[in-house]
Amino acid sequence: MTAVTYLEAISQAIREEMRRDESVFLLGEDVGTYGGAFKVSAGFLEEFGPERVIDTPMSETAIIGSAVGAALMGMRPIAEMQYIDFITCGFDQIVNMACKMYWRSGIPLPLVIRGPAGGGTHGGPFHSASPEAWFFHTPGIKVVMPATTYDAKGLLKAAIRDNNPVLYLEHKLLYRLPELREELPSEDYIVPLGKAIIRRRGRHMTMLTYGAMVHQCLKAAEQLASEDGLAVEVVDLRSLTPLDRQTIKESVMRTNKVLIVHEDTLTGGVGAELAALLAEELFDYLDGPIMRVAAPDAPYPYAPPLEMAYLPGVERIVAVARQLAAY
Amino acid sequence: MSEAERADLLLQIYYYMRLTRAMEDRTRTLFLQGRIVGGVYTAQGHEATTVGAAMTLRDGDCIVPQHRDLGMHLVRGVSPRAVMCQWLARGNAPTLGRDGQLHIGDMHQGVVPMISMLGESLPVACGVALVMKMRRRSTVVLASCGDGATSTGAFHEALNFAAVQRLPVVFLIENNGYAYSTPNARQFAIEQLAQRAVAYGMPGESVDGNDVLAVMEAVERAVAHARSGRGPALVECRTFRVRGHSEADKADYVPPALREEWLARDPIKRFEGYLTAQGLLSAERRREIEARVRAVVDDAVAFAEASPPPDPATVADYVFAPDGPIAIVGEPGATDPRYVNALDTRTGRPFCTMSQVEEAVTQL
Repeated sequence: MTAVTYLEAISQAIREEMRRDESVFLLGEDVGTYGGAFKVSAGFLEEFGPERVIDTPMSETAIIGSAVGAALMGMRPIAEMQYIDFITCGFDQIVNMACKMYWRSGIPLPLVIRGPAGGGTHGGPFHSASPEAWFFHTPGIKVVMPATTYDAKGLLKAAIRDNNPVLYLEHKLLYRLPELREELPSEDYIVPLGKAIIRRRGRHMTMLTYGAMVHQCLKAAEQLASEDGLAVEVVDLRSLTPLDRQTIKESVMRTNKVLIVHEDTLTGGVGAELAALLAEELFDYLDGPIMRVAAPDAPYPYAPPLEMAYLPGVERIVAVARQLAAY
Repeated sequence: MSEAERADLLLQIYYYMRLTRAMEDRTRTLFLQGRIVGGVYTAQGHEATTVGAAMTLRDGDCIVPQHRDLGMHLVRGVSPRAVMCQWLARGNAPTLGRDGQLHIGDMHQGVVPMISMLGESLPVACGVALVMKMRRRSTVVLASCGDGATSTGAFHEALNFAAVQRLPVVFLIENNGYAYSTPNARQFAIEQLAQRAVAYGMPGESVDGNDVLAVMEAVERAVAHARSGRGPALVECRTFRVRGHSEADKADYVPPALREEWLARDPIKRFEGYLTAQGLLSAERRREIEARVRAVVDDAVAFAEASPPPDPATVADYVFAPDGPIAIVGEPGATDPRYVNALDTRTGRPFCTMSQVEEAVTQL
């Protein structure tokens, strides 16, 4: 068995689900002949044919809208956004059409919208988005952000099998990272939506994070252990909706301090909701302020020094964690 | 079609046009009496377009209606009781009181639920048609929109996608002259909206939307084109909305002479004249149909008024569908209660319960 990349895990998940279930199909820009802008669907057209791997016009509204229509017929479409930034062009189809469909009609809508998110690849303001908070705020859609290769496959399979709209955000910086290569089980497996995982145990503070920031937090935790003797617990949320409140709360009740880290901008981000949840429900357990590390309230910049300053990195996480530890 | 079959079909069309008008007239009364909580959007003048277009469809076809398409719903078998429960915001309405007006749908009846962002349903129609094409069904989707919705990006994306994929969709534009208060001249700069079809590579024609037989003939041609696998087609029905955008709108932006002109072309009166001239509508037959229409509307209102309002305790329920297998609509097993989409999982009932009481219209 060979170790695969995060991107190959995504590709495997789609291919295996398409083989397993005829109602699963893929549509998006350049997903067919070209195999997708990042080659997630390379070879799919040959295997599944043009009716199940549909090259669409440059029309996010048509892509997502068609996926909604197909899901209404009982199919399980996977709509690819070439870059997740372009999801704004199909926003209405998601928030008004898809998210409200089951609630008002009783008809389930098994639909996955997926695409490359996140910065660090010098994509600039239109090829780097972290759009999770827009949809985290919207009832009726599940939001998933895998951090590891194992999860990338298992969460996507769970998303495809789910009977609801699921937004599956792939971090493109992780796509081909050598250190994320992993040998995956040969048998079928899923990672259930709505279950967080503790990536590193610790008793001095909890870092709540997801996506690519999981790896930054793990590196920061390592540094804090060796330089400061701090045992930091790192919780990878994996799913933002449904949110695993139990794992979050149990961790914070053990460590009594919490640092929230996300790549998305600070104001109104997922971290704000986590902070409010903990302040409301675990106030008595907190031995310090709930602190956050996030991107500044600005669009993703292009030039490397700006992007480096923008993305939360190990240095910032360590600095804020030290403040919190000393509180 | 034999002469007797044709006579029966024409009387069915007349019945549905009358029923559509009567349902809306009653709704207007209910609105004035304060018994409807939200807005009321009617379609007086559109009856020939909505009924005529829907009459061309067969079992297994789908409609993607908009807010002025009560006629289509009724022809396709949506129950007047369900419509009244929806308008009166009852707990057993198809949306369980979560939404109003014609924002109802049921894929088991081939009706896609609309949303208020007009035009946004058209890409969804493409998705339904995509599945029909995958399943080699030779079924079609009839997707309607108004003149205003043709200005949205969704309209253009849908037509383009349908044409490229050769999807079995008929796009029906109900051009009623105004999008709320905005007249055609400020909505588009072409002569006829049917011309849009040329740009996407599909046949398009423009017909008198107040002539039910002309609508049927044009939509039949478009449906035949779509059904034969040659891709989408477009039909523009030129009609008029003789009332306001909603019942709250006095529509004083419409020149009185223009409204008078269209009132004189009332589609129901015109069709009545035709049927009478053909010897198909005696005074007695007409009274029978009137009585039938009144009975159906009375029953729908009584049923809705006897229905309880939704339970406030359910306000945050039904945001997500439960786990379980989903069947392909229209395929064997789709009505098997083991599938989550066979029963309305919110209520545990089959989707179509409220249409069971309907009379067979062919008895007329």
